[in-house]
Amino acid sequence: MAIGILRIHNLFAVVMLSGIYSLISAALFVTLDAVDVAFTEAAVGGGIATVLMLGTLALTVDTEKAGPGNLQILPLAVVVATGAILIYGTLDMPAFGDPAAPAHQHVAPLYLEQGPIVTGIPNVVTSVLASYRSFDTMGELAVIFTAGIGVMVILAATRRDRGD
Amino acid sequence: MVRRHFVLRVIAKLLMPFILLFALYVQFHGDFGPGGGFQAGVIFGAAFITYALIYGIDAARQVMPEWVTRWLMALGLLLYVGVGYFGLFLGGKFLDYNVLAQDSVHGQHLGILLVEFGVGTTVAGTMVTLFFTFAARKKF
Repeated sequence: MAIGILRIHNLFAVVMLSGIYSLISAALFVTLDAVDVAFTEAAVGGGIATVLMLGTLALTVDTEKAGPGNLQILPLAVVVATGAILIYGTLDMPAFGDPAAPAHQHVAPLYLEQGPIVTGIPNVVTSVLASYRSFDTMGELAVIFTAGIGVMVILAATRRDRGD
Repeated sequence: MVRRHFVLRVIAKLLMPFILLFALYVQFHGDFGPGGGFQAGVIFGAAFITYALIYGIDAARQVMPEWVTRWLMALGLLLYVGVGYFGLFLGGKFLDYNVLAQDSVHGQHLGILLVEFGVGTTVAGTMVTLFFTFAARKKF
């Protein structure tokens, strides 16, 4: 499907395909027991992002401009090299689900054991997100807020330029 | 607006309270089940966007005027930061929930609930504002 998105030049079909792709990955997250990620993916990826992309298409054009047709050697080489380095990096990683992995040794046992007791909240995701990592969450919230403000400012500014 | 898509309109109106209720459930039950502010916010926002898609942007603006969504955006972040400073004034550290109530477990509970509510408010406000801003543009 991702290859299909790359090959198609009709942007409406591309938006629809990426929405379907989001829904499928939401189903994938459910099978991985990450239900809250699946919520977000289905609502944002499958719903709101698709609607916003369609809104953008309605404002601009819905067919892609023909790019340079010949094969671009340099970008391809950069992508292949980066991918190779990333795969080489994964060779050093501990096996999937290994209980001795560093990620499972550092603060995770503390959060899992003490989190429900200290915060009185059985959902570990919530206690980590809102209590142990509340500074991170505040930053994320500020990012969302700033992004919203940015979009408002950009779109409102161009509206004023055209004088209506 | 022409009276088209009769089935769609009726079903959307039927589903709307359930979507909003589910968003609130995800928001306030996030302490126990999966969910939390981000998820609840996007579901809440998606409900209004659905409404706007089916009933038209003007009908949605009557339900949820643009100044309300802008205020929601700001108020959520203010609530989050406010909880942080409130802990500071009560003698703790910034975003220290332990001092918010009579004991630390209750304080943590209250702090997380308020903070998650702030997250949900800002996310919902931002989503609806983004949609309104896009929809208000004319084709150039």
